[in-house]
Amino acid sequence: MSLEHCEKYTDSALRVGEVDRYPQRVAGEFIGEVVGNDWVNKEYKHLILKVHERALAAYAGQFFHLLCPTPDGAEVWMRRPMSVYRVDKAASQLEFLYKCEGRGTRGMGMLAKGDEFNIAGPLGKGFKLDPAWKNIVVLGRGVGLATLAPLSQLAAEKKVGVTAILSARNPDVVMSKDLFDSLGAKTLTVLDTDKTSDVANVEKIIEGLIKEKKADAFFTCGSSRLLKLMQQLGKKHGIPGQVAMEQIMVCGVGACYVCMRTFEIDGVKTLKRVCRDGPVFDMQTAVGW
Amino acid sequence: MVDLSVKIGDITMQNPVTPASGAFSWEYNDVIDLNRLGGLVAKTICREPRLGNPTPRMAETEAGIIQSIGLPGKGIEYFVDHIVPEYAKFKPPLIVSCSSDNISEFALLTEELARMPDVDVIEANISCPTRNLTGQNFAMHEDYTSDAVKAIKAKCAGKPLWVKLSPNAGDIVSIALAAEAAGADCLVIANTFLSLKIRTDNFRPALGNKFGGLVSPALKPIVLRMVYQVAKQVKIPIIGIGGVTKAEDVVEYMLAGASAVGIGYAGFRNPTALVQIIDDLERWCDERGIKKITELIGAVKDDDMEMDPLVAASHGV
Ligand SMILES: Cc1cc2nc3c(=O)[nH]c(=O)nc-3n(C[C@H](O)[C@H](O)[C@H](O)COP(=O)(O)OP(=O)(O)OC[C@H]3O[C@@H](n4cnc5c(N)ncnc54)[C@H](O)[C@@H]3O)c2cc1C
Ligand SMILES: Cc1cc2nc3c(=O)[nH]c(=O)nc-3n(C[C@H](O)[C@H](O)[C@H](O)COP(=O)(O)O)c2cc1C
Ligand code: FES
Repeated sequence: MSLEHCEKYTDSALRVGEVDRYPQRVAGEFIGEVVGNDWVNKEYKHLILKVHERALAAYAGQFFHLLCPTPDGAEVWMRRPMSVYRVDKAASQLEFLYKCEGRGTRGMGMLAKGDEFNIAGPLGKGFKLDPAWKNIVVLGRGVGLATLAPLSQLAAEKKVGVTAILSARNPDVVMSKDLFDSLGAKTLTVLDTDKTSDVANVEKIIEGLIKEKKADAFFTCGSSRLLKLMQQLGKKHGIPGQVAMEQIMVCGVGACYVCMRTFEIDGVKTLKRVCRDGPVFDMQTAVGW
Repeated sequence: MVDLSVKIGDITMQNPVTPASGAFSWEYNDVIDLNRLGGLVAKTICREPRLGNPTPRMAETEAGIIQSIGLPGKGIEYFVDHIVPEYAKFKPPLIVSCSSDNISEFALLTEELARMPDVDVIEANISCPTRNLTGQNFAMHEDYTSDAVKAIKAKCAGKPLWVKLSPNAGDIVSIALAAEAAGADCLVIANTFLSLKIRTDNFRPALGNKFGGLVSPALKPIVLRMVYQVAKQVKIPIIGIGGVTKAEDVVEYMLAGASAVGIGYAGFRNPTALVQIIDDLERWCDERGIKKITELIGAVKDDDMEMDPLVAASHGV
């Protein structure tokens, strides 16, 4: 039997250094080369990929849709959405910070230096910084920190001051502190183990920042509880905010209407696509995280 | 170089590769050049605005995904004012899929769509398995199919009517014949397979709408068999949809009797797949000296098959 009958899928992605036949497209399908894929702590890994230059146009809050290998050799049928953790234009590298959890992310965990990895993107609408904002407050928990981290890169470029409140279960899973620190953000860690992550305490910290005029805008991702708190403080003090949302995705480009979340705009509840209308939304419109 | 163009009735397509309704939108222009496609197929539109089904709308299974979207949309007015103009920016013919569970509404919707100069083809989705909780639809039954297609055809204002059938019907050949007799100009085979996943961690159905449509390359042989059986019986063209992930799959559907194919899942897995499949198809034909892709339609060699097992087993593979 000829091989033809065994070949399974098309291969249409762009490799590093290949000629781009569609340079005008805002998103693409790329084959990245794994440069590193190391554990950050017991639960999270940090993937570094060398990619085609078009993939480097990604900015904070955007995501890539990843075609993960599997730990069990069977198929992963859907791509996995993953926020851009860092873009290193000089080295032509994209970075992701991810929690090894289900089949797809555990499959990602098996990637080794030199492996090829198919990614599609950059996709979605990311964070926006209003030129009027001099100081912002970033509040994230768990995986949400991976999504929020590149915001500090963007803020540093625009000379905006950042206070990052990193919430975690215990000191071992506090992430991105180094990245926030290295970009000049002021970081505060709050933990479940010593109860500093309690909403009341976080509220006190943020009220303090508001008094010091360090809170022109709020940014959050990763926790419904923290979103509620920021919405409430935002309303009370008239501080604008943005939230990055997650939802199960199929196409990632806005065609399939799988990735819906509820939003409330002018008192009317509606569904929006996380992949295309977001993943970053006006914080006050979000109904739950 | 091979001529990839195909004709579906009066509609000429530059190649036989089209997206499948609901798995595609003009937003794919971010990733691929839509002008390269054989046709543009809009997501099924309903007359009334619909939110669609509760989430989760997708779940993975061992061999594919099940999805239940529930035909969300902002209704016909929004579609006409905002979505048709987006598609009209591109050259390939625009095929607009539409649906209703009520025949007179369906006819009214068809009338409104047929009026639009930018709409080239009406595709009647009489087979969506997930627009309600039961999985029922017109295409499950010959009589319902016939009544619906007749009423819709009467309002097409001369535009071609393609009818999308269900793989869940007991005997798809009789449904296909009923649709042809009622005036369908082309049959689109097929929609998704009604299915269910139950989570063993919380005992709940995995999808918000309970049932979903199974989508998987594993279904290609089943749909291919349906296309083959229907092609032997009807005179109108067929578009094969189900599990196409590469150029050879397009060839296979055409050999079975399809004039073109629709692609959904492959575009999710590889957003650039449709364009790549067109390129590969061209290469595949050129390598074999095929001058016109239409030579492949129904060219399956099944008339001289050896049916005696003893004789057959004495031949090479
Ligand atoms: C825009 C966006 C950005 C994200 N960024 C990050 C990130 O930077 N780091 C990180 O660790 N995680 C991130 N996530 C979550 C990540 O996509 C999920 O953890 C991942 O899909 C889980 O896949 P799995 O195979 O390991 O898990 P499984 O449980 O096996 O997944 C089963 C199905 O559920 C989906 N799913 C499960 N959890 C989520 C989730 N939270 N969000 C969306 N889909 C989910 C999967 O995609 C898959 O289709 C992001 C999600 C979105 C939508
Ligand atoms: C997310 C999703 C949404 C779909 N929506 C529609 C739809 O609105 N109308 C329709 O006729 N078919 C719809 N379908 C079915 C596809 O058009 C197609 O028949 C099916 O996916 C099989 O093709 P594939 O194997 O290439 O994916 C949908 C399929 C998927 C996966
Ligand atoms: S994942 Fe398809 S519309 Fe968002």
